[in-house]
Order: sequence, then structure tokens, then C-alpha cells
Amino acid sequence: MATSDSESSVPAYLVLEDGSVHRGESMGARVDGHGEVVFNTSMTGYQEVLTDPSYAGQLVTLTYPLVGNYGINPQDFESARIRVAGFIVREHCDQPSHGRSDRTLDEYLKSQGIPGICGVDTRAVTRRLRDRGVMMGLLTTGSPEAAAARLAEMPRYEDQDLVRTVTAADRYRWSLEGPQPAGTQSAEGGEPRRRILVTDVGLKYNILRLLQARGCEVIAVPAETSAEDMLAMNPSGILLSPGPGDPQLLGYVVGNVRQILGRVPVMGICLGHQLVARALGADTFKLKFGHRGGNHPVQDLATGRVYITAQNHGFAVDPDTLPPGLEVSHINLNDGTVEGTRHRDMPLFTIQYHSEASPGPRDNEYIFDEFLGMVKEFNH
Amino acid sequence: MSNNTPPLEKVLVIGSGPIVIGQAAEFDYAGTQACKALREEGVSVVLVNSNPATIMTDTDIADHVYIEPLTVEVIERIIARERPQGVLPTLGGQTGLNLAVALSDAGVLDRYNVRLLGTPLETIRKAEDREFFRNFLHDIGEPEPPNRTVNSMEEAQEYCDEVGLPLVIRPAYTLGGTGGGIASTPQQFQEIVQSGLTLSPISQVLLERSLVGWKEIEYEVIRDGDDNCITVCNMENLDPMGAHTGDSIVVAPSQTLSDKEYQMLRTASLKIIRGLGIEGGCNIQMALRPHPLVEDALQSHWEPDSDYYVIEVNPRVSRSSALASKATGYPIARVSAKIAVGKRLHEIPNAVTGKTGAAFEPALDYCVVKIPRWPFDKFPNGDRQITTQMKATGEVMAVDRSFEAALQKATRSLEIGNRTLLWEGAAAEYEKAGKNAEELLGPNDLRLWAMMSALRRNTTPEDLMNRTYVDPWFISAMQRIVNMERRLLRETLTPDLLYRAKRLGFSDQQVGTLADMLPEQVRNLRHDWDLRPVYKMVDTCAAEFEAVTPYYYSTYEQENEAPALPGKKAIVIGSGPIRIGQGIEFDYCSVHAAWALSAAGVSSVMINSNPETVSTDFDTSDRLYFEPLDEEAVRDVIENETVDDVPPPSVVQFGGQTAINLSQSLAHAGLPILGSSADSIDVASDRQRFEEFLSRLGIPQPPGASVASVSEALQVAQNIGYPVVVRPSYVLGGRAMEIVQNASELVRYLTVATEVTPERHVLVDHYMEGKECEVDAICDGEQVLIPGIMEHIERAGVHSGDSMAIYPGLNLTEQEVDTLVDYTTRIGLAMGVRGLMNIQFVIQGGSAYRSPHAPSDESETTVYIIEVNPRGSRTIPFISKVTSVPVASIATRVMLGETLAGMGYSGGLWPRQKLAAIKAPVFSMSKLVGVDSYLGPEMKSTGEVMGIDRDFSGALSKALLAASLSLKQGDGVLLSIADQHKAESLALIRELLEAGCKLYATEGTAAMIQATGMPVTMVTKLLTESYPNVVDVINDGTVSAVVNTLSGDTSVLRDGFYIRRAAVDRRIPCFTSLDTARAAVEALLMQRGSYNIEQIDAYLKPAED
Repeated sequence: MATSDSESSVPAYLVLEDGSVHRGESMGARVDGHGEVVFNTSMTGYQEVLTDPSYAGQLVTLTYPLVGNYGINPQDFESARIRVAGFIVREHCDQPSHGRSDRTLDEYLKSQGIPGICGVDTRAVTRRLRDRGVMMGLLTTGSPEAAAARLAEMPRYEDQDLVRTVTAADRYRWSLEGPQPAGTQSAEGGEPRRRILVTDVGLKYNILRLLQARGCEVIAVPAETSAEDMLAMNPSGILLSPGPGDPQLLGYVVGNVRQILGRVPVMGICLGHQLVARALGADTFKLKFGHRGGNHPVQDLATGRVYITAQNHGFAVDPDTLPPGLEVSHINLNDGTVEGTRHRDMPLFTIQYHSEASPGPRDNEYIFDEFLGMVKEFNH
Repeated sequence: MSNNTPPLEKVLVIGSGPIVIGQAAEFDYAGTQACKALREEGVSVVLVNSNPATIMTDTDIADHVYIEPLTVEVIERIIARERPQGVLPTLGGQTGLNLAVALSDAGVLDRYNVRLLGTPLETIRKAEDREFFRNFLHDIGEPEPPNRTVNSMEEAQEYCDEVGLPLVIRPAYTLGGTGGGIASTPQQFQEIVQSGLTLSPISQVLLERSLVGWKEIEYEVIRDGDDNCITVCNMENLDPMGAHTGDSIVVAPSQTLSDKEYQMLRTASLKIIRGLGIEGGCNIQMALRPHPLVEDALQSHWEPDSDYYVIEVNPRVSRSSALASKATGYPIARVSAKIAVGKRLHEIPNAVTGKTGAAFEPALDYCVVKIPRWPFDKFPNGDRQITTQMKATGEVMAVDRSFEAALQKATRSLEIGNRTLLWEGAAAEYEKAGKNAEELLGPNDLRLWAMMSALRRNTTPEDLMNRTYVDPWFISAMQRIVNMERRLLRETLTPDLLYRAKRLGFSDQQVGTLADMLPEQVRNLRHDWDLRPVYKMVDTCAAEFEAVTPYYYSTYEQENEAPALPGKKAIVIGSGPIRIGQGIEFDYCSVHAAWALSAAGVSSVMINSNPETVSTDFDTSDRLYFEPLDEEAVRDVIENETVDDVPPPSVVQFGGQTAINLSQSLAHAGLPILGSSADSIDVASDRQRFEEFLSRLGIPQPPGASVASVSEALQVAQNIGYPVVVRPSYVLGGRAMEIVQNASELVRYLTVATEVTPERHVLVDHYMEGKECEVDAICDGEQVLIPGIMEHIERAGVHSGDSMAIYPGLNLTEQEVDTLVDYTTRIGLAMGVRGLMNIQFVIQGGSAYRSPHAPSDESETTVYIIEVNPRGSRTIPFISKVTSVPVASIATRVMLGETLAGMGYSGGLWPRQKLAAIKAPVFSMSKLVGVDSYLGPEMKSTGEVMGIDRDFSGALSKALLAASLSLKQGDGVLLSIADQHKAESLALIRELLEAGCKLYATEGTAAMIQATGMPVTMVTKLLTESYPNVVDVINDGTVSAVVNTLSGDTSVLRDGFYIRRAAVDRRIPCFTSLDTARAAVEALLMQRGSYNIEQIDAYLKPAED
């Protein structure tokens, strides 16, 4: 239900492939939305979630029922636009309260043509996904019966290469003001800085912000960029970004990744972590309902220490298929899945979780320092 | 934990003592959980607490239970006996931490090689001493508001001249911020600083740049010995900075913080707990820069150097951590206890999911609202302004899927009459209490309703924000509630409209009021339209994992997760928020009822609204519904638990008056009640029926009647003779009960103090000044078991909850005991009691004050019944502990149909134990400015302690010690005795002199003492005339106790008020009953402070000598 008590609400439906229909009211753009339905348990950070490219092709529900309380602000975007295919909430706030807010959640969704639904029993939806696994769904203001029929004919999530829909068209340089065309000079001046390439398979701006804050020259390159082109840019290190979809579909990226490993220090995050594993011959598999939230405990096996992490992934690396040399460095304490790997010989480590947070706990920013430490050591 | 320290095989856990404002049931909850958690780890637990009304002092919770005063000397004796390797003080509130510091300072910890667990000593000091705290924050680079610590008035004035007002004043080392405040004027500044310096045990206060109006945000953080840290929960105070968080409406999780802000404060919190080196839980309070519109309204013209400031750290479990535990399902105390003995977070299983570990952060998929429960329904004339000094006695919590619904349910949970958010009486009540209604929007106990009223009167949200500094988000939500009220007033009720109203938390009663229907009609309409609440689980993980906790809340949504429990079951109706008159004792009973049901193979279904308690711990009952205790919520739960049209029965005997009041509605709705029938309850509660009942049995009661009008009252009083005791019927804790001396007083009472109408009767009884006694008893329909008789030290006229009670009735004659047993047995059987009852008696004839050491003549006495309560009373925990009869448990089994004989009990008086035990009340008067502390028929105490020993004098010494009422040899004592008590007071005066006390007295009293030739110093009552006056001798420490009795004529109350307030503020004993004072001086004469220290079990065994 919209928090306004206006009587002019339009019924909307979330239709799931298991046949269940969840009634609510339309918000955002009044168009149909189609995708894999997933839930995220973060209690804050909806703006970051909406703009996280890893959610491309997905209808996202937040388990926290009150969404939009602090509006939308000009600073907290994680990419150029909304990436979710649709947004499912219990209640959206159309009277947000925050000094930085310049529009409501509903206005933001409308402005980008993204559909939403509110008033849904999102806990019921979450329980369904938890018990039966994630599934395809359709958001519609039309007939739910017709929607169910159409849903069966629509493409499935794991059949789509979603990276192509989110990756940058051209390489760009990150500055304090945001993305700048590549080739322009860094305004910051000063000493020549370490150049870090970030392969954009669906990156979040906060990765770039955190690298930049650590004194790096940060250049984002499109997913298709060949290994030669990347190496030709003389990077001190390469970071493989997070991104959406099944890594099995990304042979064209995996091939390039294979060629850079061992030649430059590499850190992989999330999809980047999976791509590294696949490049070295390991398998990935789909989780029943994934990990999406800001409260996942991850243990560093080397130290025994436990970190609370932000996560957003539906696929995981199969530890039994890891090649010699690539070792599991971190595990998820909830289900024991692989949360990080480290290579014994190469300057290479990966994490399945999001050290860049945004949204989520900032406890793991130290990982970027470890990456830059590895970069420094390698380039010595 | 390093490897060379000895393993922890035995740990001493320090409880928090009596319930006082600032330290309530949350520490029983935390301590009980911790004891269980430690024992799971194979640690032997020694527990000490002076409060018998706690689950933690049950002998099966810890291995060695001591119910003894919480003093350094007592704890040293316990340590010497038990030789624990560690002491865990972090579960005993500020009392526990202060004792830890004192034990260390006294060298006890070193002497016995005891390790302090949980929080390092340095950290306790850092958190409490402002100077240390400031240095600490500076060292770790966390921002704190500009401030200065001062040790004198001169230093304070200097700083004030530098930075200007308003300034916050915080005394060091006081409970619940006692003595603090915000000063906006020079005069306020002088007063608060002076009082703060006095109250601080180290004469130190902190002056701090006022952050009034900023957002107040709290984080609950846990750290283990490996430096792993998590945050359990954050909370946002609806009332911005300026109101003590214990007195604020609190929402979890935060509502108006972006992820960037949430994480900024979370990161700061982790840095702080790491810096402090705490192993366990910690509460961190921070101020966050408010919304720009609020900032404009504040007109502070101050550019802060940070977006947030760290305000305070509680390096222990706290009221907030109890709330966070209940709000999230994450058991902070349990985890903290395990960490204290060396476990790491990920090694501790998450008891909620049964699958995951404790190393994660709970995700909420609902909104939680806490509202404090203030005692101003009892003390309407107290200072109702909310400041940095906490005044609430308890709190309620409500959970729902929208803020509006949670707020409305929490309001219903407060149980202040039937007060919903629709209540419009705030202005009238404020004015009636002599306050300026203009101040209603300042922080006070009525502000929530005042804000709603203002919105209804078209105050704009902006204007309301300008006057309250409450964030616009919360005000918008209130406006949405008002908008729905308008729709319900205006529109025809449709299923859609009703559904929307229910989703905003409107009760059937509210809908009925607005839509011009009876609540029952709304309920029927709901059923016709199939609008029923569903129940969702609090599972720590927002449904991500399947959970095993049976902890639910209601909401209006699609999916119900709580299908009716299969098999036999019963509903236990809890006792709601802790308030004066209905305290933790009732929660104790509810918990035992739930346990007894489960043990008997009957699933226990608990309903309660109080987050502080053991009863709302997720593993206390087979199923927990966190709901308001009103008719609608309880009936909804019963319907949800109904299988094949058979509703489960309800247990109403343990939830205090809350549950008893519900019994009539439940019976009316045709719902079954376990134990005594609603009709039996009605006989005891209806004055007319009760009188007929007693006269049929030939048992005397003081003459009186129930009246419905002023003229009727005057007639009755005339007939029975003054003085009369007057009180509204169906109330608890002697609320609005008074002793009235004449007709004009009676008229005042009936028009000002209460309201008498044909619907709301007032009871008028002849007041009998005599020995008061009470019994708790269990009746199974065949026999009546009386576990013990309690004899009050104070004569009738002092509320039983405020009286000291002696077990086993040492000063009663055998004939009197026989009469009490006979009356109790006959009443129980004739009334048809199944389960518990409590009877209060007054014995006329003989002397009102009796002592085993003072000879008296009780040959010609008559026993009268004052009242019968067909339910568990506040003395159940006490009597259970001193007799080892598990009263609540037996009563529950009786309600299920078992017989006393079948359980191996016989009727009559349970063998009197060879021990003496005294229950003493504890007050929180120093927190309640403007409240008079004299004892009367209206209950005022917030908690109790117990002194138990092999003989009366030891028990009395310990009860007084634990209640801070002890006298010492050579003490100066100030006497101000009303004329009618002067003759009687001579015995006391002689004893005081015998004990070496130096006497000071007001004019009349001094004259009397001098006339008898005894030494006394006269001090004037006139505050302006000469030095020293009565207040001076209190403030300068000349006297360390006060005896001040009242004439009973309320017009002269004011004279003594300053004396009593000064004594309360100095924290010295203030006796307003000669009886209590005599007990105190006799304890001093008899025993000179010597007593035994034993495990509670040991007293119950016959002494071996």
C-alpha cells in the first residue's frame, strides 16, 4: 500500500512461475516488468540496490517493509541508471524525509520507466523463494491470468547474457566528479599514480570511488576489452568487477581473463571472482536463492577472523573443482559456500562478497588495501 | 583469552537488585539468560541478587543462589565462600558495574584472585568518567560534543560564561542519569549543577554543548575475544536529543537514515567497542545531525564540526539491549555471557534458526516501536517534563509491518485506561495537574497525544516539527493516521477502507468510535469480510532461513505463518508494562505458569507486550505472541489458536490486574478461563456481592459500600464513620486510594482525585488502623493450601506493596493464625477459587506495632478481611522463595484439574520454616521530581528486596541494608512528628537515643522531647529564616535519616514535603511511618549489623546447631 491514503491506487500483480499471484498496487512506471525474482535483506540502501548492475534482469524485493523513507539523492547512485527490472515492496514512502533527497522513490522509478509494486506481502514472497528457490516472475497491472501464460514464454534469467546490457560502451576514467571520457587528464595532478583497470562486467561506482580515494588512477573498461588491449594500457593491477547473470555465458570474458592472470595483479569481486575461477577451470553453480543482503558472516580461513559482508550473488564457485594453486581463502559461515580464493603462485585473489559495500557494512574496505599491497609488491 | 589463565569453572554473576526507575526487569531477563548460557558451557554459576521477585534467583537457574544485599561486604563474604575464578558484572546494570569497581577498589578481586569478565575495569571507568571518556574518544578519533568536566560550581560557571546556554548537565556515576538535565536559563543551570554535584558519588558533572533537537541513534554492538564484532540492531529515537532514551519513543531499525549514515554510525560503533576492549555487548548512543528543516527550527546558528557526535556508551547489557534482543530475536545477554567465558561469536549457535551462528547481523522485516510507561497516572502532580533524567518505570513494545501500526499497537499496550491514539484528554489532564497546556508539545509523557491532537486541529506538520524537532518522517506518519481517522469519520465503512485502517493499526475500538459503531460490531464486520490479522515470525533473518523460534506478531497481510498449535494448550495472559503496582512479580508468575503448563504436557501460549521480561524470551513458552493485552488482540490470538471451533482456555490469574480485567470480557465472549471462573472473580471484585458473600460466611469486614454518586458516598461515610478509605473499584496498586478524614475531604476526593459515575463506582470503607497481614493461598475446590502468612510491619493504611512484610508472621498469636487459616480456607472453598488467591486482613485490638522483642498484649483481637484477590499477587515470588513451595506452578496444575492431594500437598498452613524473611519495598523517588514520598494507601514503590536469615534480627538488618534504610550507631536523625503520633513516638525516640543517635527535631516535636527530659536539637521548619533549617541539616549531612509523620489532613502535607524531598534527594532514609522507623532502630539495637550469608537453600534446611 502506498503510504498516501489516496483512493486512486491501481491494482498490480506479481505473478510467479509457480503459479502464485501476489496482489499489490502499482508504483513507478505502469509497464510490465519481467525477470528473476530475488530478495535482499538489507534494511537500508534501496537507492544503491536499484542502481546496482548486478540486479539486471531481476525483479528485486526488499524484505524490509518500509522503503523510500529518505528519498533519492544525487550522490548515492551505483551506476548511471536503475538496473533492476522491477521493484517489489511492502510499502513505499511518498513523503520522504532527508536533507539530501531530491525526489521520491516512486518518482525515480517513473522517471526511468521502471515498474514497481507495493502493498505486497513481501515476507510471503521471500518465504516462497526461500523454500522453492528463485523463480521467474512478471509484474503487471493487467490480468494476472494472462500474465501467467506470457511468463511461460519469456526468456529465462540464466539464458540471458546480462553483462552486455550493463557494461560500459567505452572505457572511461573515474574522477571525483564521476565518469570522465578516457584520455582526458586527471585533474588531480601530482605524482604519477598507480593505474588500476576495472573490467566492467557490471561494476558499482563505489569500487571506483574507493580505489580513487586510495590514490589510484582508475580506468573502467568494457567487458569485451581484449587482454591485449588491457595489458597495452600498462595497468598496475586489474580488478574484475561484480556483475549480473550466469558466468557460464561469459566465455568471451573468461578467455581474456585467462590471459591476464599471472601477468598483472588481479582481484576479482563477485562475478569477477567467478570469472577467475572459471578461467582457471573451476565450475560455478546456481544457488537455490542466493545471498543478497548486508549481514552475511564470512570467515577468513587464514586468520579465523569473521567479517560481516555485503553480498549479492546467485551463483557460487564449486570448491571441489578448484584447480591446483587456487585455494579457498574465505567461506560463508551460514552455508559453507566459497567466499574467496587466493592463488598460491600468481598475484591473484578473489572475493565473492562486496568489499565496496554500498549498500552494506564498510568492514571490508581493507580488502582494497590488500589488493593495492599486492600491486605494489608485484610492481617492485 | 591467553592460555596461562586458569580455566573458568565457577563464575559469580551479580544481579541488579530491586526494580528502580532506570533498572527494571530487563536485568532479570538478561541475568537469567546468562546463567543458562554459562551453565550450558559447563560453568558453575554463583548468583547474587537482593531481589526475590526474579526468575534468576530461582534455585534452578544458577548452581548457587544468594538472595542477599548487594554490598561489597556481602559479596566479599560470598566470594570467600565460593571462590569463583571470575565475576561477571555486566548483566547487573549500573549496579553491577559499580559493584565491580567497588570490589576492585576494596582489593577483593585481587585478594581472592578473581578475574573481572566481560568489560575491563578501565573501560567501566572510561564509560562513566566523562574525562576518561573524552580522552578515549579523542584517542580513537571519534567526535564528541564540545564539553567540559567540572568538580565545582565555580568551574561550571566559568564554562557557562564561555560557551553560553543551553547546556546539558550530566552527573558522573548515577543510575539512569539521575540528577542531570538541560539548563536553558542561568537559574536552571545553578540548580541542576548543584544537584548533580551532590548526587554524583565523586562530585563531578559534565557540561556539554546541547544537541537538543538532533537525531538520537543507538547501536547495539557485540565483540568477542578475537576482536570479531557485529551490530545487533540500531534504533532511532522519535523524540530527538534532549529526552533520555529510556524516556523516548524508540523505533527499530532506524527509519530516516540513508545507508551512508547507517554505515557511518555502525562503523563508529565498531571502532568504539574495539577501542574499549569489551568482550560482550555494548550500547552506543550517538547524535546525528537533524533534517535541515529541524536545524532551521533550532536556530542554533552553530556550524558543527561533525555530522554526528558520540554521546554515551554503556559497556554492558542494558535496557536498550533487552529491547534490541526482543526487537530482533537475537539474544544479546546469552551471547555476551558465552563470550565472557571465552567463546567466539561464530562458535555460538543462533538459537533462533538452529542452523546459523551468532556471528551475523539480524535483518528485520518489520518495524518495532517502544513507548515508555511513565508513572504519572499515579503521580499526576509530579514533574512530567521529560529530560535527561529517566522517569519511566517500564515500557511496551509493538511489532508490525508499518510504523503507523506499530505505533498504534504500542499505544494500546500501555494500558492507560483504554487510551488509544484517539485520546484527546492530554490538554485537560495537563491543566488539571496545574501545568501550562502550552508546554504540552515539549517532551513530556503526554506529548504523543498532544501531537496527534494538534494535527487534528490542523496544525501543519511543519509547524509541529518546529515546535517538537521531531523528524518530519514521523510527523508525516502521524498525519497519515489523522487522515485515516478523517476518512473513517466521513466515509461509509467498506472492506477496502477497513483493511487500510487495520493496516495502519486502528483497533476495532478506534474504528468503532470514528464510524459510530460498537467495537464488537466492528469485530463482527471484520469477520463477515474475512479481515483477520495474520501472524508473522520474528526470526532474526527476515525469512532468509527457516527459523524454529515460536515468536510472532500480528499484522494485516496475506500469509499467516502461525497455524494453530496442535494438541492441548492454554493461553497465558501476561502482565504488560512494569508500572507501580504491577511489577516484575507478575511476570515471574507468568513465566512459572508457562513452565508448569509445558511440564504438564499442555502447550503454553504467552501473550505479552513488555520487552524487558523473561516471559517474552523466545524460549520461555511454547509460543509467544507479542501483542497488546487488550480484548481485541487477545481474542484475535485465541481465534488464531482455535481448532475445530474449540478455543483454548486462558490463564488470567498471573498477569496482575491486566489479566483479571480481561477475564470478564473473555467470559462475555464465551471464551473459556482456566481456574477460578469469571463469576468467582466478579464476586471478589464487586463490593456488593462481596459483602453479601462474607456475611453469609459470617466473616467480618470493615463496614463500607460501593457508591455511584457523591451524595451516596457522603451518606455511607456518615453511617460507617470517618476516617474512611476510598478507592475506585477494579484498580490495581491502590491507585487513587486515599484515607479521608472528613466530609469536605471526601467531596474533594470524589470530584478532583477521581471520578464517580454510575459506570465507575467508588468504594467507601471504614478505615481500621491495626495490624495488617496477608496470605497467598491455593485452592483446588477441596482444600486450601496456605504456603505462609505475611505480617506487615507498617499498620493498615500503608499500601501492602509499600509495607515491609515479615514471614512467617512471628508476632501473631496462635489464635490469630488459626483465624487467618480458617477464614482463608472457608473463603477459598466458598468462592469457588481454582488456583490462587491473596487475602489481606487487618487485626484490630492489641498494639499496631509488634516486634518479637517488644512485649505486647494481643489477647483481645478481631480479624477483618480487607480484600480478596482471586489471582496471583505480588508476594508470590517472595512466599515461594521463603517456603520453597512452588506456588505459581502448583496453582497452574490445579487450574489444569490436578488436586493438591494428588500433588502431595495437604490443606491448611504449610509448616512454618525455621527462618525469618522480610520483604522491603524500594522506591524511585529521587527520579520523580515533585512527587511526595510519604507512605499511604496509594502504592509508590517500584521494587522490592528480601532479607532472609535464621532469625528476625538478621533478616531485618539485611532487608534494611538492601533497601538502603539502615541506621547506624551515632547517626543524626531529624524528627518531625504529627501531633496525633507524638505520644506513640516516645518509644521510638527512647530507642533512637539508646542506639546512640543524635536527635534533631522541628519545633513542636522538639518541645515534646525536651519536655520528657531527653536531649534534642531544635531546627526550624521555616526555610527562609534561620540557619540551620530542616533542609540545611539534611543537605549538609548533619542528619542521615528523617522520621516525618503526617497528620492525615492533606492541607498540611506541604509543610513536610520539603523535608521529605530533601531526604529523597540526599538519598537518606525517610520514614513516614513510625512502624518502619521502629523496625530500623530495633534492627540496630538488636543486632549491631551482624547477619549470616548463606545460599537460599541453606536457610530452608534446618540449622545444624
